[in-house]
Order: sequence, then C-alpha cells, then structure tokens
Amino acid sequence: MNIIVIGLSHKTATVEIRERVAFSPNLIEKPLHDLVALDDIIEGVIISTCNRVEIYATTHDIAGGIARIKRFLADHHHIPLETLEPHLYCYHSEAAIRHVFRVASSLDSMVVGEPQILGQIKTSYGYAAEYKSSGIILNRFLHKAFSVAKRVRTETKIASSAVSVAFAAVELAKKVLGDLSDKTVMLVGAGEMCELAAKHFLNSGAKGVMVTNRTFERAERLAEEFGGEAVHFEELFTHLHRADIVLSSTGAPHIIIGPKDVEDVVKRRRFKPMFFIDIAVPRDIDQKVDDVESAYLFTVDDLQEIVQANLAQRSIEAQKAEEIVDQEIGQFFKWLSSLEVTPTIVALRNRFDEIRRAELDKTCSNWKEMPPDAEKRLEALTSAIMNKLLHAPTAVLKQAGQGGRVDLYVDALRQLFELEAVPEAKEELELEED
Amino acid sequence: MTHLFFYLTLSFYLSATIAYFTCLFRTSSGLTLWASRLLTTGCITHILSTVHLANKAKHLPLTNMQESLSFFSLFIIAAFLIFERRYKVTTLGSFVTPLALVMMIGSSALHEELHQLPPILQSNWFWFHALLAFVSYAAFTIAFGVAVIYLIQRHFLKTKHFGSLFQRLPPLDTLDEISYRCLAVGFPLLTVAIISGAIWSEQASGSFWVWDPKQNWSLITWFIYAALLHGRLTIGWRGKRAAILSIIGFAVLLITFFGMKHSITW
Repeated sequence: MNIIVIGLSHKTATVEIRERVAFSPNLIEKPLHDLVALDDIIEGVIISTCNRVEIYATTHDIAGGIARIKRFLADHHHIPLETLEPHLYCYHSEAAIRHVFRVASSLDSMVVGEPQILGQIKTSYGYAAEYKSSGIILNRFLHKAFSVAKRVRTETKIASSAVSVAFAAVELAKKVLGDLSDKTVMLVGAGEMCELAAKHFLNSGAKGVMVTNRTFERAERLAEEFGGEAVHFEELFTHLHRADIVLSSTGAPHIIIGPKDVEDVVKRRRFKPMFFIDIAVPRDIDQKVDDVESAYLFTVDDLQEIVQANLAQRSIEAQKAEEIVDQEIGQFFKWLSSLEVTPTIVALRNRFDEIRRAELDKTCSNWKEMPPDAEKRLEALTSAIMNKLLHAPTAVLKQAGQGGRVDLYVDALRQLFELEAVPEAKEELELEED
Repeated sequence: MTHLFFYLTLSFYLSATIAYFTCLFRTSSGLTLWASRLLTTGCITHILSTVHLANKAKHLPLTNMQESLSFFSLFIIAAFLIFERRYKVTTLGSFVTPLALVMMIGSSALHEELHQLPPILQSNWFWFHALLAFVSYAAFTIAFGVAVIYLIQRHFLKTKHFGSLFQRLPPLDTLDEISYRCLAVGFPLLTVAIISGAIWSEQASGSFWVWDPKQNWSLITWFIYAALLHGRLTIGWRGKRAAILSIIGFAVLLITFFGMKHSITW
C-alpha cells in the first residue's frame, strides 16, 4: 500500500489558480466520496487552505493513482488538465511522508513557524474521518504528522519569535511593561495596521482600549468593535496619561505628539513606563519622545528590523526541525512497511486453509466407513502440517518487516501463490496519542 | 566540620555562579533548574556552616570581617532565591551570585581567629542590630543587581538593539517591582537596625550616637534610601534616576560595611 500526495501551494501557483482549486469546507463531503470512489484509491483526505490545496491518498498503483487524482482535481473544478497540471506537485512513499510532515510542522509555509497550518490540517482530517474517507493508514499517518509537528514546536524555537510587525510590537511591549493584563491601549487614528496591532494586544490580555480619531464617528465604531471607549480628538492629551500603550497611525502630515506633551503625560503617570508605536508615514510622534524618561518609542522600521532578525533566527531553527522530520520519517516508514506483512501472512494462511479444507472435505465425503474420531484426527493432522509449513515463512516475513526487504518477499509471495488483493487490515491498531 | 561545610558551600556557589552566568548566553530550562538547585544546596550547606559556627562560639558569627562576609553573602543568596521563586528572574542570578561568591572567597582568604567576645558585645541589642542590618543589606544588594539590569535593558530599548541578551533579561516592569519590594523591606529594617544600634551604643559606651565613621556612614546610607523611597512614593521616581540612586546607595552601603570599623570594638 502506498501513500501518494498531489497538490499545489503558494510556491507553485498564484492565488488566481489556487482559488479556483480550493474546496469549500461546507461542501467537502461529496468531493471526499468522489475521491475514494476512484479506481484503486482506498483512502483519501483533502486539505484546502488559502495557501495550498493537497490531496493525500492510499493506493496500490502509484502512477495510476496519481494520474486519476490529477484528473479528479481538474474535472471537479472544471479546469482543463493541461492548465492545472504544470502547477501540481506529486509525491509518493517516503517523499510523500516527508512532505506531509514538513507541511504540518509549518516548514513549507510562507512564514516558517506559523501556527495556523496545523489547525487547518487537523480540521481537514476531521472531515475525512467524519465522512469515513480516511482509514487505518491515513489515520495513523496524520496522527503521526501531528505529533511530529508538536515535537518541532517544542524542541525547536521555530515558532517562538515574532515575525510580523504586530506581533513584534506586542512582544516588545511585554518587555517594557511586563504583564499586559492590566494595561490600557490607546489607538490614535485608525489604520489597518493599528487595528491589527490592537487586536494582538487585546489577545495578549490588555484590558482597556481607547480610540481617538479626527472623525469621532469612526472612533466610536472602532471603539465598539474593541469594547473600548471613544475619545474626541481635541481631548487626546486630557486622556493620554491613562494609556500605557499608544498606537498612532493618522494621516496627518505633521507631528501630533511631541516631547513636551509626553513629558507632561509621563509626570502625570508618575513615570510609569509608556510604550509608543508610530506606524504613520509621515510620522505622528516626534523622535525626541524616545529621549523622555520612561517613554519608549518604536517606529515600523524598528519593528521590521526585529522581524528580519527573527526570520533569520527561524531559518536556523528550521534546520533542526528538518532533522526531527528526518528521524520521524524513518520510524513511520518502517511501520508502514510492516503493515504489508500482516495482511500478506493472513492471506497466505487463508489460502493454505482453503486448500486444506477443500481436500479434507473431499476425503471425508468420499470415505464410506469413516471411524468416529477420524474427522477430528484428520483435522488435527492437516492443521498441524499447515502450521508447520507456515511457521518458517511467517517468522521470516515478520523479521523482514523490520529490515526492509519486505516488498520483495511480499511481492514474490503474492505472485507465487496468486494471493488476491490484500483486504484492508481490519485489526485495531493503537493510534499514538498526540 | 565548619571547614567542611564552608568549602562545600564555596564549591556549590562557584558552580552555581558559572551556571547562572551561562544562562546569560544560553536559554535552557535544564540549565536554569540546575543553577537554582546548586545554589539552593549551597545555601543549605551555608546555613549549616553558620549554625555550626554559632553553636561552637555560643553566639552569632558576626564578630569579625571573615564571619561578617560569610553572613552577608548567605543573606544575599537567600534573598535572591526568594525573589527567583516568585518572579522567575534567573538572569538576576548572573549578577548577584558573583557578588556572594566574591564575598565567600574573601571570607575564606581571611584567617581571623574566633575572638573571645569582649563584654561590650555581649548584649542582645548587638545581635538584633546586626541581624536586621544584614537582612536589609541583602535586600539592597538585590535592588542593586536589579538596578544594573534595568539600566542595561533600558539601554537596549533606547538604542533598539534586541539581541539574545535582551530577550533573556526580565521585563522592565518586573525589575521595577522587585526594586520596589526590596526598598519596602530593606528600608524599615535598616531604620530599626540603626535605632537598635544606637541603643546598643548607649549600653556599651554611654551615648546613643558617638559620631564614629560607622554610624555616620550608615546614616548617609539611610538618607539615600529614604530619598529613594520618598521619591518613589510621592513623585514616582522610577526608571533611570531611581536605578542610579540604587547603585549609589549600594556603593555607600559597601563603604559602611567594609570601610568602617566600629570605634568601640576590638
């Protein structure tokens, strides 16, 4: 049984193509059913995010399976295959395992270390489990991917530093102000970056929000969104002392907050530290504000520098993450291979047993005067012969399952004994805990 | 026996200092844990050493510079461990443990005899005064360490250099809070220590204040920390000014401790 991966991502396709191929989460049931209804596609999972669409499947026939899934993608979204195909990548066996482990660990993401992809894969897997398009192999596979992602997160620092300006601002604020849970944020103006940063601050526990804007209605609207209070622009300096964090992003062409203003404010706050972020261009806050004791001013450029440094740090951590992925691939692949052996042994045993029964029946039905315990004895005899015959090959196969010559033996056995297609391993495998 | 405990303490403090110093350059929860454990073990052996010494001499080991150094460093380490537990400020250890270590090394280098206590020292007021003084000194030493880190962090923030050291040092706010606590604990204790010292002085020499260098310098120390506390509570002195004053206060404290011998002692 092989695992195959077909898909496209931000690395191989622009957003115009990606949005045409995306699957809507509400309408995922039919595509999943269509996917596993394809010839020789046993299990299937569909992942669809804004940056990638991927299909994971199991099949016996790698080339055929891949081709069928490509056609499935093209047909389902009504795109000609020739248009779609150049953007698709496909992996099988070990490469497929590596790819999925990397994706789950955010190593393939636009921003390495981003946390969303893992949740997105978990959700997609949830659908596949719900609609029963995934089975033993993909279940185990994805559970393994989740635990690899967790290892990467905890054992490397790949996700620990801020790589967006808004996050960097929050991290810095924590360094200045400590715990943010009793701090107040003031938004001056209402740019998008401002809103985003405010959201991050609120997520980090900041309690109060004040919004001010030249247009009071706009301030009110924003204040409502954040559950804060709106302040008239003219009263900015009356209320400024109440803020621990000031985010400024107005469209004004001149300085709004100068060092003298801040000196007064800081004295009024009894020199409690105050954190200023100036996102506006041209700037709203005079650079000299940074010289004021207890006031700490940062511009977007300062934050960008932090982000750049952190990105560089992340690529070092990404190396460590790749090593973890390497280790885990080996383990999982061994398991996958061993899976082959068990159904093969089962099938072989079934075949022998069929033959044994057939001959036993033939003998018993043709024997006119069969002694009373003869059937029992014959049963015992034939079973014993069968078991003795099977013992050595079974042991060898199980051994080979660890070593890696499995495919060869299994293939040979299948051919030599004309074993039919292996039924899916129905035994309950313990799935690893996350 | 004392020697055994003493040298055990010294080696634990030495390894803890190295561990804490490494924490400045490497983040590792294992390292942090072990540094703390080493230091705690050292503190325990230090207490044992001090208790044993006290037992032998039948009084607190505070009669000469060798003993005083050891006593001082014990309280510094104990104070630090308490703050470390509460605020998780491992990197503060990198600044404080070297101080304690140097004091212990100094203590081991001195070879002063256990003096027979002169009668003037056999007053409970003396022990009370000395004990309180050392606890307040320990608090002010922590405040000193915190002030130094504060200035370093503030420098990083103002010059926008956010290297790995910056990441490892605690937030300004935490430093500020620790500093305030040290002040709030140390200052009242120092006040009572000075008063009880004066009472002891009266018992020993007949007058409360003899204007000897020790008493004078303790008064200067007291004024500096009084100003610091007052500034903090009223105007809200924080940040750079307060940090610098903490450092000056500590320097004066050291002068008081080292430089001045009681004019009424042996």
